[in-house]
Amino acid sequence: MKTATLTNPIDRRDFLRLSAMASGGLVLGFYINSSGEAQAAESAAGPGGSFAPNAFVRITPDGKVTIVSKQPEIGQGIKTSLPMVIAEQLDVEWKDVTIEQADVHDRYGSQSAGGSTSTPNNYENFLRVGATARAMLVEAAAQTWGVPAAQCTTAAGTVTHSASKRSLKYGALVAKAATLPIPDVSTVALKDPKDYKLIGRRITGVDNPKVVTGASLFGIDVRVPGMVYAVYEKCPAFAGKVVSANLDQIKALPGVKDAFIIEGTSNLSGLKPGVAIIADSTWSALSARKQLKVTWDEGKVANTGWDKFVAEAKELSTKPGERVLRKDGDVDAAFKTAAKVVEAEYVYPFISHLSLEPMNCTAHWNNGAMEIWAPSQNPATGRALISTTLNIPQEKINIHLTRSGGGFGRRLTPDFMIEVAAIAQKVNAPVKLTWNREDDLRHDMMRPGGLHFLKGAVDANGKVVAWKNNFFTFGNAGQGGQINPGSGGALSPDEFPGRWISNYLAEQTVFDTGWPMGPWRAPGSCVFAWVIHSFIDELAHAAGRDPLEFRLEMLGDKAEMAATPPPAGAKGGPAAPYSIARMRGVLKLAAEKAGWGKKKFPKGQGAGLAFHFSHRGYFAQVAEVTVSKEGQLKVDRVVCVGDVGSQIVNPSGADNQVEGSIVDGLSVMMLQELNIERGRVTNVNLDEYPILRMADAPAKIEVHWLKTANPVTGTGEPAIPPVAPAICNAIFAATGKRIRQFPASRTDLRWS
Amino acid sequence: MKYTLNVNGKSHTVDVAPDTPLLWVLRDTLGLVGTKFGCGIGQCSACTIHLNGEPTRACMTRVSSVRTSKVVTIEGLAEEAGRLHPVQQAWVDLDVAQCGYCQAGQIMTAAALLRDNPKPSDADIDGAMADNLCRCGTYLRIREGIKRAAGMAAGKEATQ
Repeated sequence: MKTATLTNPIDRRDFLRLSAMASGGLVLGFYINSSGEAQAAESAAGPGGSFAPNAFVRITPDGKVTIVSKQPEIGQGIKTSLPMVIAEQLDVEWKDVTIEQADVHDRYGSQSAGGSTSTPNNYENFLRVGATARAMLVEAAAQTWGVPAAQCTTAAGTVTHSASKRSLKYGALVAKAATLPIPDVSTVALKDPKDYKLIGRRITGVDNPKVVTGASLFGIDVRVPGMVYAVYEKCPAFAGKVVSANLDQIKALPGVKDAFIIEGTSNLSGLKPGVAIIADSTWSALSARKQLKVTWDEGKVANTGWDKFVAEAKELSTKPGERVLRKDGDVDAAFKTAAKVVEAEYVYPFISHLSLEPMNCTAHWNNGAMEIWAPSQNPATGRALISTTLNIPQEKINIHLTRSGGGFGRRLTPDFMIEVAAIAQKVNAPVKLTWNREDDLRHDMMRPGGLHFLKGAVDANGKVVAWKNNFFTFGNAGQGGQINPGSGGALSPDEFPGRWISNYLAEQTVFDTGWPMGPWRAPGSCVFAWVIHSFIDELAHAAGRDPLEFRLEMLGDKAEMAATPPPAGAKGGPAAPYSIARMRGVLKLAAEKAGWGKKKFPKGQGAGLAFHFSHRGYFAQVAEVTVSKEGQLKVDRVVCVGDVGSQIVNPSGADNQVEGSIVDGLSVMMLQELNIERGRVTNVNLDEYPILRMADAPAKIEVHWLKTANPVTGTGEPAIPPVAPAICNAIFAATGKRIRQFPASRTDLRWS
Repeated sequence: MKYTLNVNGKSHTVDVAPDTPLLWVLRDTLGLVGTKFGCGIGQCSACTIHLNGEPTRACMTRVSSVRTSKVVTIEGLAEEAGRLHPVQQAWVDLDVAQCGYCQAGQIMTAAALLRDNPKPSDADIDGAMADNLCRCGTYLRIREGIKRAAGMAAGKEATQ
């Protein structure tokens, strides 16, 4: 595809013609409207650029099939799985398909990979994109032979008319198909899922050959002729300002081409103040940086620290929270009459994303246009930020999307993109900005920590009758002066078991921090599930009941639980209901696959379970652990059952996401913690911020999928929330020790 | 300073500061970007290369110390052009990678393990791979991949 021509506004018909000429073959153009639905090319374009031309399928006369993958590939396997959806309906052999990574353009609609939305937002459209292409090729064959299209069938890139024993390969039909009108994509016939040949098959990643041979693939691998190298020193205290720096001394160092201060902004997710060093190699820049001396204005953030906030939360915990999130019944009255009351305090720290590929980006400022090569999860926000911060029109910003060495939500924030763009404006050459690991840990968009002061009660029948959660979280002042929780720092009023318990109180107090926070894999859910399912386990044990049976009773017999209607005047409609039936399904199947209740564990071994609904996915897990007398934890087995709808597009990729989530969840639970003092992170490399190594990974992970008649949804996030509570509950079963603080390595698990 | 390096069987003369880590010589000077930067302090092993056959952290290896040592990177691991090393092939077949960023380092370490210990136990694998971090959590598939590669290597020997 000629991106050069397409960055200019062109009308829809011109686009189709241009596309056809550029490729010398059949290009199927579609429009994706603002809500992400594919529409027929004949439909009217919407106002204000809300429609954009789009092309995902290209077939050349010699039969080469190219499918364009628009989503950012960050390790979630989307570059393999979504093209499979198109190829399935197009009816071509996977081995004959080439996948091409799209650059960033409005014609593709949203190109954000966050919130496990890539699959649910694109699956149905992509079925139709493929089916429309197939329908046109069939029509071309039918016209060529003078037979009804309904008598023609397709398979493996070939149209066949069985009655006359004729067949033509797609390549031979390209010329004719290119002249046909594009049918309304909403009316094309889709294959019956029972005839799927590709969806549901284990397909290995399309980039695997490049990954294993070390070919250039990632943002940090980008090399542009004439490129120079940049590092960018920011204030160790979050968003501190530069007062002065020894620039002249730095400029005189070997290999250094320039050094300058960027004033920056106070936007914690934007262009932070700092000092850029430009050099002839990454090492020259890093070496010079060791000589850099900067005087910083750290601001009032330097008075903040984790320990201070924790002390404040503990002091406030006996009083009502700042805001009531949900209040049903009367918890205090219920506590007075309950058979057993349990109180507990759960604490988790701030953590980092720690994508193994450090943040980096390459940019070239040339003749008023900015060209960017970005390992981004959401390049459009980067483009918008560059446009507003540097006052460059969006159409003058051209972004190439590279593979990312891990995302986990980190690359949804485009701070690294605006930094390199600001640097590039002052450098007369393409420039690659590379953060080192210290930058990456110091300046992450952190997952906020939290404290939950919980009180719960069961009645004489062992049934939960009251639940109170006084939650302390972290955020920043918004434009109206209110303190907004950071991403993942807001507890939903509907979070389970809210709505299920007649006496329920959830309160939230938000501390104003000045600390940067951002979405971290399954924001909120990744820790709330641990708190909630650990405390449910405490209540089950207080009631003397089996944790599975206790949970099934809590969930109840209804098919679904309606969402709380939004307050009058709120934007958007009510949230989707919680399907209790789907949750019961995965929970029962996980228990069955794990043999729950059938094993007798000696002391030091045990099983635990948990479930959680997030990102449209229903997940339950059973963990089995061994804890040695010396307190050494080994996770022997994790059984996971997920329900993400009617199809698992690529089981290899989906299983990989679950396996990774389980290792990630264990790593976070056991080890991860950012130390934040005086408004800065003080553990800034892997020797001080350890993550899980191979020997400590679970010995066995079993992934099962419960397919249900529901829309097909994502797997990148919803498997992580149940991991930590299932393992912690298993540790309790094994040792009688309850982990109420992350990282769990701080809890003494020795037993005798 | 000028240094003549033997990288993947070829001689390269580079002009860089003596304290430059081999990692940045490979990536920036020679354009061999398969060797990855992860931490710069020898903690993640994403930069693992073979130095005279030994798995070595390129981020901790000064160019001045390399001298006549034979450097093999992920780009030069396969002995025949166009064919994959058994470890690379196993990684493709088992779809080991998620983001893939650490995998060059994992493969280099695994290849050295299998050369020295063609039938490693789980404990052997955990020991050899202990320094290689995978943020995506592909450890179970890495272990499976090593076993598969071990089988493939044995199979190859048996047919020769």
